[in-house]
Amino acid sequence: MKGSTKASIASHVVLLAMMLVTLFPLVAALFAAMKEPGSPVMGLQWPDRWSLDTFMYAWDKAGFSDLMMSSLIVILFVVPIAMICALMAGYALGTLKLRFGKPIYLFLILGLTLPIELMIIPLYHDFSQVGLLNSYQGVILAEIGLFMPFGTFWMTAHFASLPSSLIEAAQLDGASRRVILWRVLLPGARPSMTTLGVLYFIWSWNQFLLPLVLITSPGKRTAPAGLGSFAGEYTLDVPGLSAATLLTMLPPLVVYLFFQRHFISGMLHGAIKG
Amino acid sequence: MRRKRRSDWLGYLYLLPAVIFFTAFVVVPAVQTFWYSFWDWNGLTDAVWAGVSNFGRMVTEPLLSGAVIHSVVLLVFFAVLPVILGLLVTMLLGYRGRRGMTVYRTAFFLPQVVALVAIGVIWRWMYSTSGPLEQVLRAIGLHGPQEGWLGNFDTALPAVGLIGTWLLYGVCVTLFLSGAQKIDPDLYNAASVDGAGQFRQFLAVTMPGLRREIALAMTITGIAALASFDLVYTATNGGPGNETTVPGLLVYRLGFTNGRVGAASAVAVGLTLIMAVYVLIINKVSSNGDEE
Repeated sequence: MKGSTKASIASHVVLLAMMLVTLFPLVAALFAAMKEPGSPVMGLQWPDRWSLDTFMYAWDKAGFSDLMMSSLIVILFVVPIAMICALMAGYALGTLKLRFGKPIYLFLILGLTLPIELMIIPLYHDFSQVGLLNSYQGVILAEIGLFMPFGTFWMTAHFASLPSSLIEAAQLDGASRRVILWRVLLPGARPSMTTLGVLYFIWSWNQFLLPLVLITSPGKRTAPAGLGSFAGEYTLDVPGLSAATLLTMLPPLVVYLFFQRHFISGMLHGAIKG
Repeated sequence: MRRKRRSDWLGYLYLLPAVIFFTAFVVVPAVQTFWYSFWDWNGLTDAVWAGVSNFGRMVTEPLLSGAVIHSVVLLVFFAVLPVILGLLVTMLLGYRGRRGMTVYRTAFFLPQVVALVAIGVIWRWMYSTSGPLEQVLRAIGLHGPQEGWLGNFDTALPAVGLIGTWLLYGVCVTLFLSGAQKIDPDLYNAASVDGAGQFRQFLAVTMPGLRREIALAMTITGIAALASFDLVYTATNGGPGNETTVPGLLVYRLGFTNGRVGAASAVAVGLTLIMAVYVLIINKVSSNGDEE
């Protein structure tokens, strides 16, 4: 008994140490952001003041009002549209016995390991021809396309795991496919849909290469793209940079802390950072 | 019969939006990139047919071959090291259920929700001569390279790699610890009756029991290593010199600033192939035991 308590304490020490290593850079950045903008920072320093001044400074200098608004607009369209498309595709592939269901599923799943680098050059040239360059629409459309493989995979897995008796019973009652999906199956799909929504939110917020290439005017950039250019300009302002970095991290972090179970279960079931 | 076919047709309507978005914004551009890779094109004037010469350059031109080599080095730091670390921790902590994992797990997964661009910015300072790393070294009477760890030709690439190790070891630890809890305790009892010690038990019971988790960890971490554009872009932007260039960075640089669209496309195709082969190998190796 005593031995196992000792072992348990030892394992907590190991896990705690690793946790501190994981959190250390983020905490160091938080402490650095407490200092005055532009002042030198030598490593990890306990703050001598707790103030949001530097955050306000970084908000102004990097133009976060515009950046956050752009990110929100993109997410407001990408997340619901991608979720509905994935829901419908998952329903069709998971419950309807379509003759060509299997090949269509494989076609969509193929996209799971395609890097965004493979699409970015033609997206730029195609979008500039049809006038979608430097517009939110372009980024939104591209992200929805990019998110389809995982969403299809995720929702198909959900619907395929349902007992077929559930659907058969509804069919016997004379319910149409539309009614079965939206009235009978949707309530039960809520946990899977929430996980998908959380992952889509975080991926969409953190997407970098797409807005970097497709959006050329600084005022329309999303938060990570804005941080990228801010970091290029203000290389030596450690407090200001730390504050801007933390501001960029904040929205997905909040979503994560609220829905961490969903996010972690998504990752553990094969969600690959988009 | 007619009714059946009609309703079948209607079922495909549910697939239509997903298929259209995926085809228009993923498949079509992917095919276009493949096509571009056979041309010399600066993005503006007429393109000139180049055959497979852009792919040849990936071997002969040091800038391109370097990026491929760097991504293999990063694979070691992003995938191999975290998995080994995770297995070591699992061995050390044993396989029994562990209470209070939730808090650790929350912390371990936290870097996963932070934009890689932000992680790159933070670590640029962490590694600099005014960063916390130098502070620790000075405290014990040592010091890092004068130009900072990311500015030094010898240390830059491993330093970028260690960011990946930091980013991903927590995921591996969590995956393996939760996987190990699902292994049937009787297997351990049987092994210990057979006289297997702690280490032998780990090799004979824990490792095979974790096969699925190891495969998933290698997939997540490997893809992160190969898609490290965001991180490298802010941490080093490929420097010093071209010491830390990765394929993603070259796609961006060659395709959008150097006017070498064909070469950039070839690099993108190459990166995709490396990723596909990597995932295939992981799948193959991890499912090998299944038929037995």
